Amino acid sequence: MGILTVKGVNKRFGGLQALGDVNLDVAENTCHAIIGPNGAGKSTLLNVLVGKLIPDSGSVVFDGQSVLGRQPHEINQMGISRVFQTPEIFADLTVMENMLIPCFAKRDGAFRMHAIQSTRHEGDMIEKAESMLDEVGMLDKRDMTASSMSRGDKRRLEMAMCLVQDPRLLLLDEPTAGMARADTENTIELLKTIRRERGITMAIIEHDMNVVFSLAERITVLAQGTPLVEDTPDNIKGHPKVREAYLGEAQV
Amino acid sequence: MTDQTNPSVTTATPTARPRAASGGMLGLTKKDSTLMLIVFALVMLAPFILNPFPEGSAMAQFNAGYPDLMQRFVIFGIFAIGFNILFGLTGYLSFGHAAFLGVGSYAAIWSMKLVTLNVIPGIVMAIVIAGAFTLVVGFISLRRSGIYFSILTLAFAQMSYALAYSVLTPITGGETGLQIKNTDSPLFGGPTDGSIGRANLFGAEMGNSYELAVGSWLFTFNLGYYIAGVALLVAFYLSIRIFRSPFGIMLRAVKSNQQRMNYTGLTPKRYTLSAFVISGMYAGLAGGLMVAMDTQVGPERMFWTASGEVVIMTILGGAGTLMGPILGAGFIKYMENIVSKINKDILHEWFAFLPDGAEDVMVSIVYPFIGKGWHLTLGILFMLVVIFLPGGLVEGGQRIANKFRRNKTDG
Repeated sequence: MGILTVKGVNKRFGGLQALGDVNLDVAENTCHAIIGPNGAGKSTLLNVLVGKLIPDSGSVVFDGQSVLGRQPHEINQMGISRVFQTPEIFADLTVMENMLIPCFAKRDGAFRMHAIQSTRHEGDMIEKAESMLDEVGMLDKRDMTASSMSRGDKRRLEMAMCLVQDPRLLLLDEPTAGMARADTENTIELLKTIRRERGITMAIIEHDMNVVFSLAERITVLAQGTPLVEDTPDNIKGHPKVREAYLGEAQV
Repeated sequence: MTDQTNPSVTTATPTARPRAASGGMLGLTKKDSTLMLIVFALVMLAPFILNPFPEGSAMAQFNAGYPDLMQRFVIFGIFAIGFNILFGLTGYLSFGHAAFLGVGSYAAIWSMKLVTLNVIPGIVMAIVIAGAFTLVVGFISLRRSGIYFSILTLAFAQMSYALAYSVLTPITGGETGLQIKNTDSPLFGGPTDGSIGRANLFGAEMGNSYELAVGSWLFTFNLGYYIAGVALLVAFYLSIRIFRSPFGIMLRAVKSNQQRMNYTGLTPKRYTLSAFVISGMYAGLAGGLMVAMDTQVGPERMFWTASGEVVIMTILGGAGTLMGPILGAGFIKYMENIVSKINKDILHEWFAFLPDGAEDVMVSIVYPFIGKGWHLTLGILFMLVVIFLPGGLVEGGQRIANKFRRNKTDG
């Protein structure tokens, strides 16, 4: 059994069956991609995993504990971090402050009145944030206001913010959507490095097949809210059902 | 806002400069210590600074160094500093802060009526009761954000005002409010001869003043003012500490991106509620000090225009900056008390050097902007600041300073 187990999850929006009996098993220390055509229910599934949506039935178990009914911040404290389709960062704050926030959240929990302590005396946290920035190659940008950076750098910062918390599971929602070719390549490289060096379990939702096939070790194909197949990338490539549901679209 | 974005985090690499407290004092950076010293000097020397013109001169009406007004400067400074912790950092615009100030005032006057005329317990009570009241209002109002939050706080404040005005008359004294009377007999140390008790600090009355005459200048040092001044210094110091703390970063994160906060394992709502309660306690302190200086309170103190005033002070001075609220409060209180006192006769004196016809024209042009028309001047200034200086007077000061600096390097 994997670190994340989804069993028989159903979610209806009015007449639309967004998720129908979804089963998913993400093994520890793998990169698991969830692909599928538009409207397949990928984003709905992700929102269930992070606590934004509550499914009508089924179970989601992370590391032996149910995540259903928990708030997003509680799920994060359990060890799940999420990277958004459009980078969600603290745009008005400096890069360093952006990094310190997840550090404090990890150390102090969901809330702490550390109102009199001085931030510059938080040596451990500053060091941790700096070494993470160094790892993603952004140490020279530490004093920049986050909003003034390029899209690629914002994405990089967001990932660094997630990684500095040492998550057990990193969820990525189309991390290269709307990116230029070069930025996409950079992001793939960054993710590969993270996978290799940190051994973090990843679940990735992605449209770009190039990204999926260069990262994923397992792939689940969703169509109309239901998993079609789950297999290795090589087998998925040649799978007739997948061609029909997904790749076939483009060929017709 | 730019200069406040925590330079401290960015300068001290712990390995290079461990515990980089050097250069500053009281745990502040050098820059913040300088700011603290400036405010300290302003507060301590205010009787001199605000009375630059000799008595009896034509300019003497611009002197603001009398106790009553100086007290108002610091009390509203405290009020605005607290408001800025909520609005400047989290971006939540409360339109009901006057209610917390009013609650503080009522708490303080009851403490003086029932317990002791010493101002310290009164002020402590004001802070505690206002804090508790803010917690309730905040808990409910923070279910919404943006404009709906503002409307909820406004509704609460207007309800408080209406209640104080009518239904709660036994507690609030209704329309006439509450004063210390000669029938009051506080538990400790009330007057025994049937006179009206006065607010004091261990026997020293708030009204006590020492007057210093130098030539034709007259400087007044008032005990009440200095007590309020010390409270301002403490309030300002705590505000610097909050701005520079991890908690302060969290409050700015609330303003920036609550969604990211949630997905980073944090609860933006609890941080906002804390900021709300802290700013309510600042308002309570201000309300308590008002009663300590002038032992009476009426419901109009909670009216919505009073809530609006602190918003304008903060924005005019510079929301999210440390000095902004103090500058804004001082500026508005100065205008309210000094500009509003200029009348037509004074204008005629000023423009007397002009030929008769031109004098009348000038007087009628300027007249709408002074005296009772000071609100017009304030409104225009406020609009200009919001449009051209979104960072308030602080940003204006910074721009001027930068210009000088650039000229220096050019030359």
